Amino acid sequence: MYRYDAIDREIVADRAAEFRGQVERRLGGDLTEDQFKPLRLMNGLYLQLHAYMLRIAIPYGSVNAAQMRRFADIARQYDKGYGHFTTRQNLQFHWIKLADTPDILDRLAEVDLHAIQTSGNCIRNVTSDPFAGATAEEVDDPRVWSEVIRQWSTLHPEFSYLPRKFKFAVTASAKDRTAAKVHDIGLALRRSRDGTLGFEVMVGGGQGRTPYLASTIREHLPVGHLLSYIQAILRVYNRHGRRDNIYKARIKILVASLGAEEFARQVEEEWAKIDAPTNDLPDTELARIRAAFTPLAFETLAPHAGAYELAKASDPALARFARNNVKAHKVAGYGIVEVSLKTIGATPGDITAEQMDVVADLAERYGLDDIRVTHEQNLVLPHVKLDDIPAVHAQLAATGLASANINLASDIIACPGLDYCALANARAIPIAQHIAERFSDADHAEKVGELKIKISGCINACGHHHVGHIGILGVDKKGEEFYQLSLGGSGAEDASLAQILGPALPANRVAEAVDQLVEAYLRERQGEERFLDTFRRLGMAPFKEAVYAPAL
Amino acid sequence: MHPLFKLAGDEVIVADDTFIDVADEDAIPEGDVIVSLTRFQTEGEGLLAGGRKIGVRIQADEAVEDLAYDLPRLSLVAPVFPKYRDGRAYTTATLLRERLGFTGEVRAVGDVLREQAGFMVRCGFDAFQPADGATPAEWRAAIHRHRHVYQRAADARPPAFTERRA
Repeated sequence: MYRYDAIDREIVADRAAEFRGQVERRLGGDLTEDQFKPLRLMNGLYLQLHAYMLRIAIPYGSVNAAQMRRFADIARQYDKGYGHFTTRQNLQFHWIKLADTPDILDRLAEVDLHAIQTSGNCIRNVTSDPFAGATAEEVDDPRVWSEVIRQWSTLHPEFSYLPRKFKFAVTASAKDRTAAKVHDIGLALRRSRDGTLGFEVMVGGGQGRTPYLASTIREHLPVGHLLSYIQAILRVYNRHGRRDNIYKARIKILVASLGAEEFARQVEEEWAKIDAPTNDLPDTELARIRAAFTPLAFETLAPHAGAYELAKASDPALARFARNNVKAHKVAGYGIVEVSLKTIGATPGDITAEQMDVVADLAERYGLDDIRVTHEQNLVLPHVKLDDIPAVHAQLAATGLASANINLASDIIACPGLDYCALANARAIPIAQHIAERFSDADHAEKVGELKIKISGCINACGHHHVGHIGILGVDKKGEEFYQLSLGGSGAEDASLAQILGPALPANRVAEAVDQLVEAYLRERQGEERFLDTFRRLGMAPFKEAVYAPAL
Repeated sequence: MHPLFKLAGDEVIVADDTFIDVADEDAIPEGDVIVSLTRFQTEGEGLLAGGRKIGVRIQADEAVEDLAYDLPRLSLVAPVFPKYRDGRAYTTATLLRERLGFTGEVRAVGDVLREQAGFMVRCGFDAFQPADGATPAEWRAAIHRHRHVYQRAADARPPAFTERRA
């Protein structure tokens, strides 16, 4: 991971000290809640239904064992013994006291962590591929460029009071694990035919109440010009994004109203006026950042891991875990291990302090001290020797983290919903739990295969329902919780927005409806088709009938 | 009336405001004045002929480029913060300094709070009319709160990547 130097540490320490002063002014009565609100929101502190929620930034979803243990300590000392990983690869604590927040930030700063820009109308935590540095697919390490953007955007004087929040995703693989096309800016690293590295620059994607897929405004931006080019985009947005209506303030609305071509023209015009040599990062600093990522000491191993193969042959649970949670690594003899935070019956993304400690121990002992958070609210140990996977699996199982359900129906994204969030119309967590229970038969779940179910408790779409193979949106109907189902969305490289299935269903019908959709898919699917493929081939009709016909 | 603070090197001093801020509906008084962009565009020549100093107030939705050719004749430009959360004036100030080469006073007016002081200085503001009762000492502390900056801006502060090479 990126190793902080003294300057990085002092920047985080200064910000923590600044926030301590602001909290003291609030507690001392020098600031009203109205005056304090924008200040706390610049630092990830929300006032929710029951308590303050503190959102901690995990830049591009990368943490080490010491940081994970610190999360565990904070969960025990200041929260109720658990934390919640989010779709922005961040960690949230939902039961925080305002007076404790300065101490929490100091304790985070000790391990190079912070809550800078995890809320507010500024550039938020940059997300990236959780398999970065481990997958053979990537053309370059996207974490390097994510860190470049993190530094540039941290306390940016011109772009900290944008019309609305602003989210970057950076990917470098053909398979997109970042949902780049539903970000304000999605950057996809590609190598051109002549071998030069460049970014495909996609702008104006987003979810919320008006979902859009991002438009490509540049096919191949030479990587060295990244900062001057995104400066041009942010400047056009800062000047011309709408500020009269919070629901029309994201860059996607500006891009849609101007048209992608006109927006691109304005960006190019602005970019031409920016002095690129002053505003682009010098190559020396780029090289420094690249070198500041800890080099990993991979061993030379045989591609065939004898102990691993033997263990799988004798342990069906391990074999299942290997099929679903272990992915190919770029180095022979290693695997990428996904740790599901979707144990059936649990809250998606939640993890206890004890589980955090176990993951930290495993990363240190077997995983080159590297842990990632995925936007699908799971964890990853990106570098595990295949022969160590049986031991890792056993220790995960002992702490209740060995669910072999990655990308299966019970691997559900859900926002905190009405159980925590002041904005929600409906609960999301119990709906996720009910659906997951329907897929507790692991053989059945594997037979169904890849199925991405995503649940949001309100129209703000934090649970990504627009890009679910099955998306579920909680709505309020005269004080009752109803759920609008939609089908056919994808946040991956084949991105698409889900379409509404039909009238909203009461809470007690949702899990049953998902079952009916799955049964229809199993009847109709051809060959290796995923649910999404079958839907794309057949359209809405058979699915609609499956859910609504029985009632007629 | 809000006080007027000015940057003097690393210090923040209270300055006498020699300008009168004139609303569009009011008559132009004697002396140095700050007027709106629209008024400057219609009455600017006459005002300048009077030998006084002129400043222009620029609203968040107005394009500072419209002033480009008049800047050498202006003593100050005052980008307005209609609300603390409206960040357009940061771009206005940045463009004044970096692109249009303006060397006169750039004064922050409107909903101007100490929390923004550091960002304002980095974007090229050198005068401020705080609306939150901040003292010069508090303003100075806010400007100097962060020992390092990561990115280039309209000020002369060396970013972290320059410090690292030193």
